[in-house]
Amino acid sequence: MKGIISYGAYIPYNRLQRKKIGEFFGKSTYSGEKAVAGYDEDSVSMGVEAALDCLHGTDSKEIDAVYFATTSAPYKEKGSISTIAAALHLKENVRGIEAASSLRSGTSAILAANELEQTLVIASDCRTGAPTGQNEQWFGDGAASFLIGHGPEVIANVIDAVSVQGELVSEWRSQTDSFTQNWEERLGSTVFLKQVKEVVTPFLEKNNCTADAINKVIISGPGTRAHTQAASAVGFQKNQIQDPLFDSVGAAGNAHAPMMLVSALEEAKPGDQLLVVAFAEGLDVMLLEVTEAISRLAKRKGVQGYLTVKNDQTSYSDYLKWRNLLETEPPRRPETERPSAPALYRGYHQNLSFTGSKCRNCGTPQFPKQRICTQCQVKDEMDDYRFVGQSAKIMTYTLDHLAASPAPPMIVAVVDFDKGGRIICEVTDCHPKEIEIGMNVEMTFRRLYEAGGISNYFWKARPIRQKESV
Amino acid sequence: MSRKGISDKVAVIGMGCTRFAEHWDKSVDDLLVDAAYEAFADAGIEPADIEAAWLGTMISGYAGITLSGPLKTQFIPVTRVENMCATGSEAFRNACYAVASGAYDIVLAIGVEKLKDSGFSGLNSPKPPNDGTAPNFSAPASFSFLAPAYFEKYGLSAEQGREVLSRIAWKNHYNGSLNPKAQYRNEVPMEKISNSPMVAAPLGIMDCSGVADGAAAAIIVRTEDAHKYRKDPMYVKALSIAAGPGDGRLRQDFDFTSIKENVVSSQAAYREAGIKDPRKEISMAEVHDCFTPTELVIYEDLGFSERGQGWKDVLNGVFELGGELPVNPDGGLKSFGHPIGASGLRMLYEMYLQFQGRAGKRQLDNPKIGLTHNLGGTPMQCVSFVSIVGKELS
Repeated sequence: MKGIISYGAYIPYNRLQRKKIGEFFGKSTYSGEKAVAGYDEDSVSMGVEAALDCLHGTDSKEIDAVYFATTSAPYKEKGSISTIAAALHLKENVRGIEAASSLRSGTSAILAANELEQTLVIASDCRTGAPTGQNEQWFGDGAASFLIGHGPEVIANVIDAVSVQGELVSEWRSQTDSFTQNWEERLGSTVFLKQVKEVVTPFLEKNNCTADAINKVIISGPGTRAHTQAASAVGFQKNQIQDPLFDSVGAAGNAHAPMMLVSALEEAKPGDQLLVVAFAEGLDVMLLEVTEAISRLAKRKGVQGYLTVKNDQTSYSDYLKWRNLLETEPPRRPETERPSAPALYRGYHQNLSFTGSKCRNCGTPQFPKQRICTQCQVKDEMDDYRFVGQSAKIMTYTLDHLAASPAPPMIVAVVDFDKGGRIICEVTDCHPKEIEIGMNVEMTFRRLYEAGGISNYFWKARPIRQKESV
Repeated sequence: MSRKGISDKVAVIGMGCTRFAEHWDKSVDDLLVDAAYEAFADAGIEPADIEAAWLGTMISGYAGITLSGPLKTQFIPVTRVENMCATGSEAFRNACYAVASGAYDIVLAIGVEKLKDSGFSGLNSPKPPNDGTAPNFSAPASFSFLAPAYFEKYGLSAEQGREVLSRIAWKNHYNGSLNPKAQYRNEVPMEKISNSPMVAAPLGIMDCSGVADGAAAAIIVRTEDAHKYRKDPMYVKALSIAAGPGDGRLRQDFDFTSIKENVVSSQAAYREAGIKDPRKEISMAEVHDCFTPTELVIYEDLGFSERGQGWKDVLNGVFELGGELPVNPDGGLKSFGHPIGASGLRMLYEMYLQFQGRAGKRQLDNPKIGLTHNLGGTPMQCVSFVSIVGKELS
């Protein structure tokens, strides 16, 4: 039977207090905070981070297929799968599909995964609501990832699933729209409620199941209240409803239901039954049963881990700048040049997967790849050597106020890996006052910048802030 | 490493140097003409006497015609050289070697840079097309790595470190205040340096050399011909340049408190010039004080201070104008700014003036041996140049 073998999540470090939006515009807002992607993050970089969390302790070369689901891909024309596959160091003949546009493409990708093949599903979204609008407050950024397959390592079996298509213009963004638009909320919530009643009750009956037998119902519906209305309409009590993360993350598009599912799995015990209901022009409904294997799953950051590591002082003006919603005076430095496509092409394997070389003669790891060893000068005696996931420390650093950066000062550090090797790179998700010699850091996949319409992805260092971090 | 070098084989018989400044009203051509003609006049020669020329510039022109056009030289060979911040010195080195080889009797080495026309703060150099993954940090940032690493290694508190760096900048501004060709000719209080706005923490704006336009030139002949032109030429004792393998980016044993290119280039120069104890034998030095911690590290790399003792020598005034070994008597990059192609020749110009007793208020007491030094690139990957020049033949 098909099931979830592993899960992972990612929530950006920066959180925006919703009241800051209200203070700026002089209006009332929802409570809580929302997760906002930093200037160096997007749906691809967040998706890679969630997948790295999911694949912790897994051989990435055993993955047969990868599905990337997002409504906020960096390109309208040019895929993201190849970037993600390279960053995750997946095998070259891994199959890939990009599930786009639909807000339930995350759950649909889980349902589409073939149990006979190890399939990595990544759902990631980074949506932008128009300033002053409700969506701006409501939307949050995040990603979730699942490894789907079968066998004794499955932590949650998919007992049954059903999908219905129900066309509706409720929430949409055209090819040329910058922001999501909405019809009157009552339309979406009414149709959603109707669809849930028509689909969920018969689905549970078909599986000889009742609402009270379900431990957690994970509902992603339109607006802030529809999920609780729908849950009670089909017989669920309040304590069965999975926290929709509205106050801590926001509505994370197609990653919303998957992130809630990760949250539920983090709390789940063997034998628990989970019901997933994801809405967008119809429903994806999924019944899961947690297995004994969940107790053997290696520790990961997950939603819980990332929720606790945050900067809740993010300013609204920074958010506006990072989203290109506020035009500001450019720094008095030359404009960032478009990277060279041939140079990118030559460097993809090295740069996206962060693979350097290790000298066969003297054992020195080095990045970028060298042909002549920096230590012993032997020629062409190098093996590939991947630095991802390795612990490292700050050797020395600077806070560069002159460099052009969307979040000055640019923190640049000499990073020494504990197992050898060095890189000089940017430090991200770090307050300038935090950094010090000897600080523990790990590498994180980021979008360095966009220039000439090209998104350039690479790795930066970020502080390891918690002992229990994995 | 064995090499013979060209000790005492060539001499400088004329030099010229523009004021280094924000020359809004002068072009690259103007600066080249001004520096070259000052050197011609100083040597007592005609422009047509020059048989070949070496032009150093990093971003203000390319090819020999950058020089032959404004000077209207008549079909002589002109070579453009570039070696980052050692560009001017590299032009001088190549010109000296050409004369020493016997290929030419009299040549011009000239360096120029016009940085203020770019409209950007600091130095910006064009990069070849690349994958854009290297962090685009600024020049001060790359050198500011030295400060926390040095303080950590030798146990200096942030306050002690700050005092040391400020004193280096203060010294160079004091020296520059005595120099009519410096860009900045004011003394700057230590407190103002210490509290200047951050550029690349822990470096403030007053830890950085200025950005300026300028040009400097030298006329070079073989030593046996020098006295035909003047009684007090400057003799070239050693020229050395080391290009590093860039292992500071790759190897953990590079600890950002020493730059090996400096060590190698200075040791080679000392061998060539027969110098055993640089601190005692060298009368004065012009070193590459692009940023204050650079100068601190240079003291130790060039053997002026014992390892880990450079900061104490700073506090004891060893490198000040009246100290044991004056460093940057003309005010250094700190007071002059750093028009890349011109700086190396500007340093030699100070040596030349000091040997001839023409250094005015900052004149040292009968200096005999001088050293100039440039560091092009970053501490992690650079070229380092060292020259030894002298007042007398050995």
